[in-house]
Amino acid sequence: MNTLPTFNSMTPEAGLKKALTLSRPDIIEEVRSSGLKGRGGAGFPTGMKWNFAAAAKGEEKFIICNADEGEPGTFKDRLILQEHADLVFEGMTIAGKAVGAKEGILFLRGEYTYLKPQLEAVLAKRREQKLLGKGILGSDLEFDIRIFMGAGAYICGEETALIEALEGFRGEPRNRPPFPVNTGFLGRPSVVNNVETLASAACILQKGSAWWTSKGTEKSTGIKIFSISGDCQRPGVYEFPMGITIAQLLKEVGGEGAKAVQVGGASGQCIPASQFSRAIAFEDIPTGGSIIVFGQHRDMLDVLHNFMDFFVDESCGQCTPCRRGNVKLLEGIELLKEGKCSMAYLKELCSLGETMQIASKCGLGQSSPSAFLSVVQNFREEIMGRTSKTLSHV
Amino acid sequence: MLMTGRERLAGEIQALAEKYGKQHSALIPIVQEIKQKYRQVDSFAMQIIADQLGIHPVEVYSVVSFYAFLGSQAQGKYIIRLCRTISCDMQGKDRVMRQLENDLGIKFGETTKDGKFSLEWANCMGMCDQGPALLVNEKLHTRVTPEKVHEILEECRRSFGVHATEQKEVHLV
Ligand SMILES: Cc1cc2nc3c(=O)[nH]c(=O)nc-3n(C[C@H](O)[C@H](O)[C@H](O)COP(=O)(O)O)c2cc1C
Ligand code: SF4
Repeated sequence: MNTLPTFNSMTPEAGLKKALTLSRPDIIEEVRSSGLKGRGGAGFPTGMKWNFAAAAKGEEKFIICNADEGEPGTFKDRLILQEHADLVFEGMTIAGKAVGAKEGILFLRGEYTYLKPQLEAVLAKRREQKLLGKGILGSDLEFDIRIFMGAGAYICGEETALIEALEGFRGEPRNRPPFPVNTGFLGRPSVVNNVETLASAACILQKGSAWWTSKGTEKSTGIKIFSISGDCQRPGVYEFPMGITIAQLLKEVGGEGAKAVQVGGASGQCIPASQFSRAIAFEDIPTGGSIIVFGQHRDMLDVLHNFMDFFVDESCGQCTPCRRGNVKLLEGIELLKEGKCSMAYLKELCSLGETMQIASKCGLGQSSPSAFLSVVQNFREEIMGRTSKTLSHV
Repeated sequence: MLMTGRERLAGEIQALAEKYGKQHSALIPIVQEIKQKYRQVDSFAMQIIADQLGIHPVEVYSVVSFYAFLGSQAQGKYIIRLCRTISCDMQGKDRVMRQLENDLGIKFGETTKDGKFSLEWANCMGMCDQGPALLVNEKLHTRVTPEKVHEILEECRRSFGVHATEQKEVHLV
């Protein structure tokens, strides 16, 4: 089950043609007034990001498309690249004109190497059609795109770690500021945007910002692409307007009766059934689009265990709260599973989680305790005082 | 023999350095190509790469050891990566794991003695709606069941010639 109606309905290259008739500030203004926010998870306003990069001093600038898609439960960027690569490249080219960059880089995760030949073919065709290269569509715009393959590290989805990898280093996040818009790839101003963000920007140039703001909510405009998996009848990639409630979404995918829903992947929150009337939007529950449905029979400690294994494995190890904290939380989950965790120790683990949220250097360590904290808060009954009997219900 | 093999490798690395430019940002693409061809990036290769890029070999090692798809140790011709993240886990990745281990006679993180297969874990591969998923080198397999494991391995073995497919794969552990 996969549906991308908005992207399907676009006229090829209409957004780029429009952008070629506009001045650089006018392109940025169109994106800014659409209210488009980053689809990679952090939700930074895209127009503002482009504006910073456009204003930054530097002869050479870069547009980087983040296709590292590694957040557990996320697979929408893969589908967008498979079905709408042209729209993504169109968006990159528009961004190139807006900020004054001549080079674009698609950072594609190593796990998606099988997409590379098809994407190279799309790029070659675009060069042939004068949609890339010098003198795009007869204008004086110059822009080209190359593909860089990731090498299997979730942390490289973090924009500064991604830039470290591009430069040939370990994917260890940098301190921010300085932000990539000022000091990015090779120290040059760089825009890092998610695949869906760039495709959405191309749609906005084509249809106008008013069309975009007519969808979604006031603070979270437009449509959003979701990756939905887990215990539901119709998992897949879906398009919904921002602001959809979890209950509505579950109905669409055949996941009614779920016990909980993980919104935002392993680094997101675990929402219990009692809160299914909440909305998915930046002002309520934000997400990069990962939705994992848990049926009544799932053991929430098994789920947490899987998430913490993931973070222990993927932490870059650069800073102590994250490197050690994730291991401590994982050990705590093992104690809970054995029914050997006191309430006092559980409270200590929660306070460790809160410390990690404040003291970690990058988003990985800042968000890895979220699932732990939300399960402890919402499923205390289920996780405390386990005996071998309570364990056997799974 | 050994010398010529090394000379050839050095020549290849030099050609890659020309192709990607002798700068630090060429490091990962060069290592990726060497790893893909030789299934390993040994200390000799790391030294040559370092020389070509004008950096210290330790810097090459620090990068090689950081990324899951690189790594200096030798791996098999077919690297099988099974997704272990939540959605594939809930769809039964443990049984696929058991069958892979049974049929190859190795554990995850190991390579068969004949150097043909390696078993590795992968974190979320972006196929959560069609799990359990695994990659055989770059090729994707979805909705893998324990029975399908045999088929997938046979497909690999066919590339080794007829005799290989006839081999019985009985491993009593
Ligand atoms: C650990 C971690 C992993 C991330 N992974 C991704 C990713 O796979 N794709 C992505 O677009 N953004 C990812 N991000 C967010 C990026 O750092 C960055 O905010 C984003 O690419 C900006 O693009 P946007 O504004 O278009 O969303 C990740 C962040 C963190 C902290
Ligand atoms: S929070 Fe974790 S992933 Fe981020 S820099 Fe620190 S150790 Fe690395």
